[in-house]
Amino acid sequence: MLIDFLFELRSRKLPVSTHEWMALMEGMALGLHESSLDGFYQLCRTLCVKDIALYDAYDEAFLAYFKDVHVDALRLTEQLAAWLANPRALDGLTEEQRKALQSLDIEKLRQLFEQRLKEQKGRHDGGNRWIGTGGTSPFGTGGKNPNAMRVGGGGGRSAMQVADERRFREYRRDVVLDVRQIDVALRGLRRLGREGAQEELDLDETVDKTCRNAGEIEVVFRPPRRNRVKVLLLMDVGGSMDPHAELMSRMFTAASRTGRFAKFRSYYFHNCVYNSVYEDAQFRKGLPVADLLAGSDRDEKLVMVGDALMHPGELLDPSGASFLYSQNRASGHEWLRRLAAHFRSAAWLNPEPERFWSGTTIEVIASVFAMWPLTLDGLGQAVRYLVRGGERPRVGDPSRWMKAMVS
Amino acid sequence: MSDVFDQFQGTASYIASDELRHAVNVAVALARPLLVRGEPGTGKTLLAENLASALHLPLIRWHVKSTTKAKDGLYVYDTVARLHDSRFGDAANVRDIARYIKLGPLGEALAAPSRVVLLIDEIDKADLEFPNDLLHELDVMRFRIDETGREIAAAERPIVVITSNNEKELPDAFLRRCVFHYIQFPSRELMAEIVRVHHPDITDRVLDNALEMFFGLRATPRLRKKPSTSELIDWICALKKAGVDLTRVSGGIPFLGTLLKTEQDVETVSKRAKA
Repeated sequence: MLIDFLFELRSRKLPVSTHEWMALMEGMALGLHESSLDGFYQLCRTLCVKDIALYDAYDEAFLAYFKDVHVDALRLTEQLAAWLANPRALDGLTEEQRKALQSLDIEKLRQLFEQRLKEQKGRHDGGNRWIGTGGTSPFGTGGKNPNAMRVGGGGGRSAMQVADERRFREYRRDVVLDVRQIDVALRGLRRLGREGAQEELDLDETVDKTCRNAGEIEVVFRPPRRNRVKVLLLMDVGGSMDPHAELMSRMFTAASRTGRFAKFRSYYFHNCVYNSVYEDAQFRKGLPVADLLAGSDRDEKLVMVGDALMHPGELLDPSGASFLYSQNRASGHEWLRRLAAHFRSAAWLNPEPERFWSGTTIEVIASVFAMWPLTLDGLGQAVRYLVRGGERPRVGDPSRWMKAMVS
Repeated sequence: MSDVFDQFQGTASYIASDELRHAVNVAVALARPLLVRGEPGTGKTLLAENLASALHLPLIRWHVKSTTKAKDGLYVYDTVARLHDSRFGDAANVRDIARYIKLGPLGEALAAPSRVVLLIDEIDKADLEFPNDLLHELDVMRFRIDETGREIAAAERPIVVITSNNEKELPDAFLRRCVFHYIQFPSRELMAEIVRVHHPDITDRVLDNALEMFFGLRATPRLRKKPSTSELIDWICALKKAGVDLTRVSGGIPFLGTLLKTEQDVETVSKRAKA
């Protein structure tokens, strides 16, 4: 029966292997789940889910799979039935309450409860209908209904409740990024090579040289391994990028931490790259792109960050720079192509959610640069692409509406 | 079953949540390494120490650094010393290679005559391939010293606790073999309990005030490094030593430096306090 749960997990992209599933079976044979759903929730999670980012997906799978089991289990709980059959504090009721009480018999109440349990999606406080706290509905905890069914509250929480809280939502991989996460992702860029002063003992070479010297010890040193990766970061600021300012500053903080790369430079541009990029976000100190290219090795990794959203004219028209200081002669599209052609590996990270990409200038730019959304997943894939190359992600084909635009 | 399971219940000075206790007991019962992750300062390393003392087993620590190699954990063959001895020392002993083999922490744990707790601290500090290199040894709990041909096998599988700060992704093959637990940041109730263990003489009112300030501080948006359990405990210690009465403090948090560790954070918090 549980094998279905394994496939439920796998269908939600949880990488659970046979190895782990066998461990779970072994654990259950040993009774480690303490014969309870709560115990199973814990046991299965510790053995099969190895990443906090996947906890939320696990909770979802667990909820989906065990929802009905829980209701059945409730129905079977004799204790609950006995408890409901003998409501306390009947004495202090008003006539009105007594009437209300009679109107709800236990069977009906239980049916209602199960129905509500199925319908209700989230936490609920106050009010008189849903299962919640501090209300007058017949269900919940800490409430005022005299004939209410108490659900949870105090003394331990059930696995379903724990799963339902979805406490791990914020750890999901496809959402936010903080400095540390970006930092970790960028670490994937590093490529180690020996460089600098000779300060590490080279054992093999020492032994070799010493043997050649007939036992006369000759100690050989070598430089330690250092990261040799060079990164050039170009960032879009201002205008449509304002909503992403916080994310951009995190990205910059992480990338510019000292010692991460052998060489790290960053420049700003507005909207699209035209003939200059800027050293400051106020666009005062310009650097012609031609100079930038001349001063950059081809093996530097170019990382572009921007929403790539603009009026098509700003991208395709040779005099399209809406930005006062850059009177360009080549179109933005052309400048981007020159950048992309110069560097062996380049990637574009886009803070705009992927679902808004189609039918915009993003598609045009994504046909020049390999583009990923600026999420942890996207960043990871971009880093992998920068280091190892490989397939570029497919983005919609812009040629149809681009032609219409140009003509 | 109960003799296998539920061996670990926390100790007098270490409060573990139910989930953590369960994970530890699963790892012990299944004899698999326990991988613990969580925010810095939530007691990952202390877990191993307290597990060892709760089960009355010796603890062997292996603090992983960025330069640590997996083989160093098993043994180190001190070739330079041998070379030196062959030249200047007593040549008679040089033939005995075993004299120049020093067991590393993992090697020691496997060679131990009885069960031990092995802590592999901050495994993600090392190179990406490091965990992969350990796979086989952690699986079979035995290894061979190539130089002498000696085979070392664990008399009893050690309890392995591995901590990680989420700095790097760990390889899948490695993860598959572990029992995983993420230490959640303690809730207010659990935190009160933890503080009481470390400062038993603290009064309810002071504790309440301290927790109020502490969780308020953690809720401040845009903090680079949120203060954690260990910082809270240090902070309360500082307050006690200085004799500051928290109930009478108005405006600003005293000894902010023990809680916040970066300039920007201190600035962010003081700006918000003024606003």
